[in-house]
Amino acid sequence: MTVTDAPKIVTSRLGYDDSHTLERYLATGGYEGLRKALSMTPEDVAKEVDAVSLLGRGGAGFPAGRKWSMLRKAPTSYLVVNGDESEPATFKDHLLIERDPHQLVEGVVIACYALQVTTAFIYIRGEFALGLERVTAAVNDAYGHGAIGRDIFGSGFSIDIVVHPGAGAYICGEETALLESLEGKRGFPRIKPPYFPAAIGLYGEPTVVNNVETLSNLPWVLSNGSAAFTALGEGRSTGTRLFALAGHVKNPGVYEVEMVKTTFRDLIYAPVLGGGIPGGRELKAFIPGGASAPWFGPDQVELPLGQDEVGAAGSMLGSGSVVVMDDSTCVVRAAWRITRFFWRESCGQCTPCREGSGWLEKILRRIEDGEGRESDLELLMDISDNLAPGVSWPPQQTTICVLGSSIPSSIASAIRMFRDEFLLHIKDGSCPQGPAPHG
Amino acid sequence: MADPVITSHHAIAPHTEEGATVEMTIDGRAVVAGAGEFLIAAAERAGVFIPRFCYHPRLRSVGMCRMCLVEVSGPRGATLQPACYVAVAEGMEVVTTSDKVKKAQDGVLEMLLVNHPLDCPVCDKGGECPLQDQVLAYGPGESRFLEEKRHWAKPTPISELVLLDRERCIQCGRCVRFANEVAGEAQIDFLGRGDMVEVNVFEGQAFSSYFSGNTVQICPVGALTASPYRFTARPWDLDQVESTCTLCAFGCRAAVQSSANRITRLLGMDSDPVNQSWLCDKGRFASEAVNAENRLTEPLIRRNDILEPASWGEALELVARRLGELRTAKGASAIAVMGGARLSNEDAYAWAKLAKAVIGTDSVDAQMGDGLPAEVVVALPRATIDEACKARCLVVLAGDLREELPVLFLRVRSAAVDDAVPVVELAPQSGSVTGFATASVAYGPGEAAELVRALATGGAVPATVEPAQWSAAAEALHRAGTDGEGIVVILGRPSVAEDGALVADAAAAMAAAWPAARFLPALRRGNVMGAIDMGLAPGLLPGRVSLDDGRSFFEEQWGSVPAGRGRDAAGILEGLADGTMAAVVMVGADPLSDFPDGTLAGDGIAGADFVVAVDGFLSRSAARADVVLPASIVYERSGTTTNIEGRVSRLSQKLVAPGQCWPDWMIASELAARLGGDLGVESMTEIWDEIEKVATSHTGITRAVLESLSARDGIIAPLAASPVTLSRRLSPEPFDPMATPGIESVEAQGAPPRSGGAEPTSGEGAGHTAVSGHGHQAPRPRSLRWPQPVAAPPLPAPDSYSVRLVSGRRLYDDGVLVGATDALAALVAPATVRAHPHDLEKLGVGAGDPVRVRSARGDIVLDAAIDESLPRGVASIDFNLSADGAVGAAALLIDSREAVVDVRLETP
Repeated sequence: MTVTDAPKIVTSRLGYDDSHTLERYLATGGYEGLRKALSMTPEDVAKEVDAVSLLGRGGAGFPAGRKWSMLRKAPTSYLVVNGDESEPATFKDHLLIERDPHQLVEGVVIACYALQVTTAFIYIRGEFALGLERVTAAVNDAYGHGAIGRDIFGSGFSIDIVVHPGAGAYICGEETALLESLEGKRGFPRIKPPYFPAAIGLYGEPTVVNNVETLSNLPWVLSNGSAAFTALGEGRSTGTRLFALAGHVKNPGVYEVEMVKTTFRDLIYAPVLGGGIPGGRELKAFIPGGASAPWFGPDQVELPLGQDEVGAAGSMLGSGSVVVMDDSTCVVRAAWRITRFFWRESCGQCTPCREGSGWLEKILRRIEDGEGRESDLELLMDISDNLAPGVSWPPQQTTICVLGSSIPSSIASAIRMFRDEFLLHIKDGSCPQGPAPHG
Repeated sequence: MADPVITSHHAIAPHTEEGATVEMTIDGRAVVAGAGEFLIAAAERAGVFIPRFCYHPRLRSVGMCRMCLVEVSGPRGATLQPACYVAVAEGMEVVTTSDKVKKAQDGVLEMLLVNHPLDCPVCDKGGECPLQDQVLAYGPGESRFLEEKRHWAKPTPISELVLLDRERCIQCGRCVRFANEVAGEAQIDFLGRGDMVEVNVFEGQAFSSYFSGNTVQICPVGALTASPYRFTARPWDLDQVESTCTLCAFGCRAAVQSSANRITRLLGMDSDPVNQSWLCDKGRFASEAVNAENRLTEPLIRRNDILEPASWGEALELVARRLGELRTAKGASAIAVMGGARLSNEDAYAWAKLAKAVIGTDSVDAQMGDGLPAEVVVALPRATIDEACKARCLVVLAGDLREELPVLFLRVRSAAVDDAVPVVELAPQSGSVTGFATASVAYGPGEAAELVRALATGGAVPATVEPAQWSAAAEALHRAGTDGEGIVVILGRPSVAEDGALVADAAAAMAAAWPAARFLPALRRGNVMGAIDMGLAPGLLPGRVSLDDGRSFFEEQWGSVPAGRGRDAAGILEGLADGTMAAVVMVGADPLSDFPDGTLAGDGIAGADFVVAVDGFLSRSAARADVVLPASIVYERSGTTTNIEGRVSRLSQKLVAPGQCWPDWMIASELAARLGGDLGVESMTEIWDEIEKVATSHTGITRAVLESLSARDGIIAPLAASPVTLSRRLSPEPFDPMATPGIESVEAQGAPPRSGGAEPTSGEGAGHTAVSGHGHQAPRPRSLRWPQPVAAPPLPAPDSYSVRLVSGRRLYDDGVLVGATDALAALVAPATVRAHPHDLEKLGVGAGDPVRVRSARGDIVLDAAIDESLPRGVASIDFNLSADGAVGAAALLIDSREAVVDVRLETP
C-alpha cells in the first residue's frame, strides 16, 4: 500500500485557518494562474486546459476542454459553476467552497477568459450557509482586488460573477435543472435535445456548466503548466482528485490523491488516508462514486482510482464519494436508505422515476421491516428494469435525466451481491441487525 | 399525402419546413412525414396511434409522462424515445409494438396507477378517461402494487369553478402548460418532489383565470373537475351536437352536451381558424343559464300594471294591434326595433324584414350604443382572425380583449408571444394586451383620432404619451410598410363613455394614413356582426348594403323599404323619451342594463307608448314592457351565426325550449302576418335560402356549402374575401371533443384511418358560387365600401375641476346570462372607481375609501381603487357593474349625447 507524494493541487491551502481570505490567498500564490492566463491568448489557455485531460469532477467525468470546445459561438454566452453538491456522502466541493473560495473564483475567471464569456454564475447549494458567505466575500474581495470586474489586472478583459444560492433540491445539481433554477423556474431537468447547454443553455444562450473542483484545478494548471498536471495520474485520468470518504473508516474526510496511482485499498486503508475499518471489522461492500453508483465488493478493492478503470468494472467514480460498509451493515437498509433519498428528491416529472422511486422505497422498507415476500426481489428488479431497461451499466434511461436510471444501482447491487441477506429478512420476518429506525 | 393545412396545427413542432417531407418507416411501413414534425403526430396521421398523456398538439411538448416511448433507431442502436418530443428524420426507423415498447408502456401505466385512487365509479372522468382507456388498451392486466397509496385531501376548490383532486392527478402538466403558455397566467404549477409532487395554486391565491375551464377539458384524468358539471352526468348518457358559442362575437366552435333536455356542459372544438380548441369560462359555463329556473316560458301581458300570463294568440294580437294603431297614428318611423345580437342570422333577417319591409321603419339597431357606426364596420376592409395573427403590425384599438372577446385575446397573445407579431395598443387605460404589447400608447378619452393622425404623420409626441412608447409604436407601424399593407387593426370600443363616432374617426384616420391596412371588428355582442349583415342597423339592408344602394333591389324583393334612414339606439331612446317615437320592440335587448346612458334608457322606456320585449329572461327592461314574448335562446335553436371576421358557422339545436318559447324568426313571421304582411318563409332553411339569394355579401354561401364537411369551421362572407379555409376536421364520424385534439379514445384509435371520409379538398368555394345561380334576378346592389362619412362630434375642452370617465367592459358583469349562472354570478366584481394615485391623493382618499363621482347626469358613491397605469385626469368605472345596490354605476353617469363624459371626484 502506497500513497504517492503527488502535490496537492486543490487543497494546498487548507492547512491555514484563514485559507478563505484574500490575504492568505495572495500570500500563497493566488491569482498568479490568472495573471499567467491573461498574458496568453484565450485560445492558448483553452488549449492548455484541453491538453491536460481535465475530466469533469462533478460526476459524469466529461473532459472540460472538450466541453469548452463545444460552446456555440454567440454574442452572449455564460459560464455556470455547479456548486450544488448534494448527493449523500458527497462533500468534497463543500470543502473547496468553504475553505478556498478564491481558488474557485480564480478558476472561474480563467475559464471565462478562455471562453471569452463575460458573465459567470456560481450556483451554490442553499444549505451551504458558510460557503455562500465565503464565496460571496471572496467575489467581493476579488472585485476590490481587480481580479473580477472591468479591465481585470489591466488586461482589458472584464467579467461579472453572480453568486446564487440553491433552494434545497438535489435535482438542481443536474445541470439543466440547475439552469432552470437559476432562471427562477422550478428545477425540472430539461428534455434533450438540445443535448448540451453549450448549444442552448442559460436563458437560451450557449452555456458551459463546470463543477467546483474542476474549475479549482485551473489556477494550478496555469501556474504550473499542463505537463506538470499530466505527469500525474495515468491515461485519461490525469492529475489528482478529491474523494469524500465516508462510512465505516477510521478517518472519514476529504482526501486529494493522485488518480489511477492510488487504489480503493489505499484510500480506505492507508494510515494517512482512511486508516482502515474500525473495530476490527471486515469490509462488506463499498460505493465507489456516490449514491448513484453500483456497489463494489471486497474483491474489487484493488481497483485504481481511475475513471475508465472503474467504468470498465461496472461502476463509476461519479461524484467523488466513497462509502465504506463493514460487515455490520444491513444491505437492505442501506439500499432502502439510498432509494428513499432518490424518492424524496425525484423532481416528479417522469412517471417511472416519480412513481417507481416511491414504490421501490416502500418495498425495500417492507422487506427491512420483515414483511417481505420472495417475489419482491423479482419485483424490485422488474421495477428497476422499467427505470433503466436491462439494469446494466452504464444504464439505459426511460426518463428525461439520469436520476431515474440511477435509482436501480444500489438495489440491483445489493440484490446481486447479497441475495441471501434479503431472503434472510424475508424468511425470519425481521432484520438480522435489529429494527431500522423509522423516519 | 401530408396536407400542409393539416400538419400546420402542430404549431409547437420544431423547425417545420412548409412542404418539405421526409421518408421513414413506422413498424416497417414506409411513411412520408412533414419535415420537423413530431413523431407522435406523423404516426397518428399514418394510422399508428401512440398512447400519450402529457402530449397536446396545442401545447409545448415536454416528454414527461413517458407514455409515448417508442423504439427509435439511432447511432447507438434502437433506444426508447418519447414520440411526442422526437422530430421525424429522413430514414428514421420506428417501432411502436416491440416487446421493449410494450414493456415500457406496461411499466408506465402500472406506475401511473401506483398512487392513483382508482375511484372511477365516483369520478366525473369515468367513461371518457384517457387513463382508464389506455390502461385497458396498453396496460398490464393487474397491478403488483401492494403498498399504501399516497393520500391528499380531496377535492380542494382552487377557484369558484374548478376543483382539484390531487390523488387522481398523474402530473402530466397539461393544466400547468395551458395556464402558463396559452392563457399567460401561471396560476397553477407543480409543487413538491417525488411522488408527493402536486399541481396546485399558490398559497392563498385562486385559479382566477377566465380560461380555467380549459384545464378541466384537457385534464387526462379526473384531477380537475368543473363545479357546474361535477356529479351531474355520466359521459355515456350525454348526447351532443357541434355548434358555435354566441356569448361573444368570436364564434368559438363547441360541442354542446345535454342530458334530459338540460345543458350539462360545453367543450371546446379544435377549430383551427377560430378557437383552436379553447373556450372562455363564460362561454363554457354560462350555458348553464338556459337551464335556469327564471326563464320566461309563456307570453306575458301587462294588465293593471302587472305582467300576467297570456296565450300566444292574445299576446301577438295585442302587439300587432298596438303597433298597427301607433303606426297609423304616428307613422312607421315612430316604431323601433332594438337589439338583435342575440339572434341567429336567420332570426335577424326575419326581424329586419319585419321591421323594414312590413312595419316600414328603419329605426332598427342591433348595437346598444356600445358599438361603432354600422356603415364603418361593414365598409372597412376586413381582416380575418388568422390574418390579424400574422400581421406585420397588429394595432389594437378596442375594449380589453380578454374581457370582451376572450379567445381572441388568446389568439392575439399567442401571435405576440409565440410568433413575435408586434402589437401596438391604443387605449385609454391599460389592460390585458398591455403586458405583451410592443408599444402601449395611452390616449385621453375622445382623443384617439387625433393621436392616430399624429402617429401616422410623424407628428409630435402628445404630452400624455410616454415618448418611448410613442417611438416604439411609430417604428412598429413604419416597419409594416408605408401603405399599411402589413397592418391589421383590431377595432372596437375601448370605452362606452366616449362617443363611438370618435373611435370611427380614428379608424378613418388609420384607413386614410394606411390605405392597405385591414380591420378586424371587435364588436363583442353575440351575433352582432350577423345582425348588421342582415340589416338590423339603421341605414342598412341585408348584405352590407346601404338603404339607398339597395332600395330598388329590395323593393323588388321585399315589396317596400323605409323611405329614409332611421335612428340608432341612442336616437331611438331619445325619440321615445321626447315623444317623437311611440313604440319599441326589444329583441333580446335590455337597454336599462346595457345601454351606456342609463338615464336616457330609463326615460326612453318610460316615455314609450308601447313596449314589447322578446327575450329569454325577464330582464330589467323586459319587466317594464307591456308585452313580453318568450323566445328560445342559445342552444335551443338552429341556424347560423356570424363572427367578427364575417365567418358564418352553423348553430345546432340541442334542447327543446322550455314552456312556450318560440324561435325569434317565428315570432317575427307571426307578427308580420298579423300586421298584414308576409315574410314569405316557413322555416329556417328557407330563410337561409332567401338570405343567400338577396344578401350581396352572402352570395354563393348556399346551404350545400354551409353543410359540407369542409365548412365545419364555417365560411367567411363574402366568399371572395378570402379563400375557403378547409376544415382539418373532415371526418363525418361521431366526434369526441374530450379527445380532439390530444388523446383519442381507444375505440377511435381502432377505427380505420380517416382519409376515406374526406371531402374533396380543392376548388370548392369558387365552385359553389357558380352553381348557386338565380338567373332571372335583378343584379344585386353592391356592399358598402370604404370610405364612409364619419360624423365625429367636437370634443369639449376639459375643465380643470373634472376628470374624464373611461368605462370598459368586464367579462363577468350584471348581464342576465351571468346572473342566471350560479357558478359565475359569484365572480362578478363590485363597481369601483379607479384613478391615478395623485388624483386620489388630492382628495385625501386612499384605496377602498368611498368617493362620490358626479356627472351632469347624476352621482354615485363608489370605493376608490388606485391604478397607477391610468393617466392623471382620468377615472375609470367598469360598465354594467353595481355597488351597494346601485345597479349599473357607470350608466348613471354617462350622457350618450356628449362626446365624452366629465365627472368630478368628491369626498362623500
